[in-house]
Amino acid sequence: MTSTALQQLYQQIILDHAKSRHGASAGELPPLPIVPASAVPAFNELRLAESHQVNTTCGDDVTVRVGVRGAGDDAVIEEFAWRGDGCSISMASASVLHDTVRGVSVGQARAMLDTYREMLRSRGTIEPDEEILGDAAAFSGVSRYPARVKCAMLAWVAFEAAVMPVAG
Amino acid sequence: MTLSAPSSTRATARPLTDEEVARIRNDFPILETRVNGHPLNYLDSGATSQNPVSVMEAEQEFYEQRNAAVHRGAHTLAFGATETFEAARATVAAFIGARTDEVVWTSNATEAINLVAYSLSNASLGLGGEAAKRFRLGAGDEIVVTEMEHHANLIPWQQLALRTGATLRFIPVQDDGTLDLAAAGTVIGARTRLLAFTHASNVVGTINPVAELVALARTVGALVLLDACQSVPHLPVDVAALDVDFAVFSGHKMLGPTGIGVLYGKTELLAGLPPFLTGGSMITTVDMHTAEFLAPPQRFEAGTQRISQAIALAAAVDYLTETGMERIMAREAELGNRLLVGLGDIPGVRVLGPGLGVERIGLASFDLVGVHAHDVGQYLDEAGIAVRVGHHCAQPLHRRLGVTASTRASTYLYTTTDEVDQFLATLREVAPFFGVRS
Ligand SMILES: Cc1ncc(COP(=O)(O)O)c(C=O)c1O
Repeated sequence: MTSTALQQLYQQIILDHAKSRHGASAGELPPLPIVPASAVPAFNELRLAESHQVNTTCGDDVTVRVGVRGAGDDAVIEEFAWRGDGCSISMASASVLHDTVRGVSVGQARAMLDTYREMLRSRGTIEPDEEILGDAAAFSGVSRYPARVKCAMLAWVAFEAAVMPVAG
Repeated sequence: MTLSAPSSTRATARPLTDEEVARIRNDFPILETRVNGHPLNYLDSGATSQNPVSVMEAEQEFYEQRNAAVHRGAHTLAFGATETFEAARATVAAFIGARTDEVVWTSNATEAINLVAYSLSNASLGLGGEAAKRFRLGAGDEIVVTEMEHHANLIPWQQLALRTGATLRFIPVQDDGTLDLAAAGTVIGARTRLLAFTHASNVVGTINPVAELVALARTVGALVLLDACQSVPHLPVDVAALDVDFAVFSGHKMLGPTGIGVLYGKTELLAGLPPFLTGGSMITTVDMHTAEFLAPPQRFEAGTQRISQAIALAAAVDYLTETGMERIMAREAELGNRLLVGLGDIPGVRVLGPGLGVERIGLASFDLVGVHAHDVGQYLDEAGIAVRVGHHCAQPLHRRLGVTASTRASTYLYTTTDEVDQFLATLREVAPFFGVRS
């Protein structure tokens, strides 16, 4: 009986990513190196940061770890690793996020994040901007399901929380 | 120790027939609703049940003809409201085999459990004097729950332990989702002061052996609180015959409105228990420093009460009584079996808890290998099927059974066999849709 509405929500890209989970670590991520709070990072040193987010309605969780080099909007996201447990939307969005933001500047990532968030909150009124979002545009169908927006945002929120403090 | 006798008599009741269920459905307007272009298939009564017209009318009639504060005014309307309110208490008490003054109104089961926990806490602080001495808890005392509890029957006890210095222990769940009764015999010991457990599991649907557990508690002199949220709506429950000290349940799970729940407590226990909430309507004499309290149940009902909800709950109880709890239970056993057999036939489905042949209420929770519960629920929702997905407020039990989330289909007296079959047929499509081969 598969409805077109369901196919809109679960686009093939999403189903594929949910299974292949690019960049996902099978087990726990290795512990972050401990950096004393007083340490002043050398210019152009790779700085690691991570964030763990839980969707309290379902218990899905994602940890995103980034390695950022440089400062401000020009800083580059050189490393991106994640682990998580959850529904196909939350896992696929983490996988797509991995492919989308690795190697881009913090400024670009911020623009993507804003566009993505705006699309998801639009209740289906905003056409996805594939130019900016790439594969992440496939999540546009989620915006018609307000209960699932959190699933699609989970990894992005973790990414935002990890990157912003280190990128300044 | 013997199994409680009622199980044999229950099995002989004639299940509601499909024709009777069809007539019952006419009393529930919401069942006419369409969802996503399909007739609503409501399989989430374990979370909250639907209301028959008679319940909604009882509430409306109260507001149209009788609305006034109870136990407060002396005018005719207030007197009538009080009488109706107290008659509702008598109806609910009779339904569970309690005396009328053993029924305390609360907002829901959660509040009822907190009422007991905070009253014990107050007793532990020395409130309630001599009569409350038996309720005092402190270091060295133990509170025992089970690993299958709803968070409502776990967290209030965690908090009580933290406030009093008592230790919280639990009866483990076995791989098949049933309680480990052998372990119960060692967990419940001389230090146990309170045993709190659920009558029927909201996740695996099994009915726990109340008689055995109560007997264990009695040998060590512990109090027993029964979470009857999933039993009172679905099977005949007689709290006096079960010999529990306290029992709690929520109106919204038994055809009643939200905002009303019940604490049952044995007369002699309620008599010695200090109050939890205090204020108006629960006192006799008050001066600037002290107050004397009314006898139970009023002692535990501070403030303006949930009057229309209590009256509507009594209408729900009348509806259940007229339908017959034995027959509802027998019907649900049939639906539960149909669910289990059908789920067992679907590749990749793992039912949580024991399979066929175990006494149960009409619900089943399962894991569909390779597909997250949220995705299962989304697919079913698109077909108008409402199920519960997630941890069903029982994270420890899910962890014990090796899953973080599951999907639950729960039936009630208005559920048709066709609805169960439509659910099963739709569920069969889910794994292929998500590209999962089993
Ligand atoms: C077994 C059990 N206990 C307690 C509760 C809590 O009920 P309420 O949320 O109505 O207080 C529920 C309902 O979710 C339940 O199923």
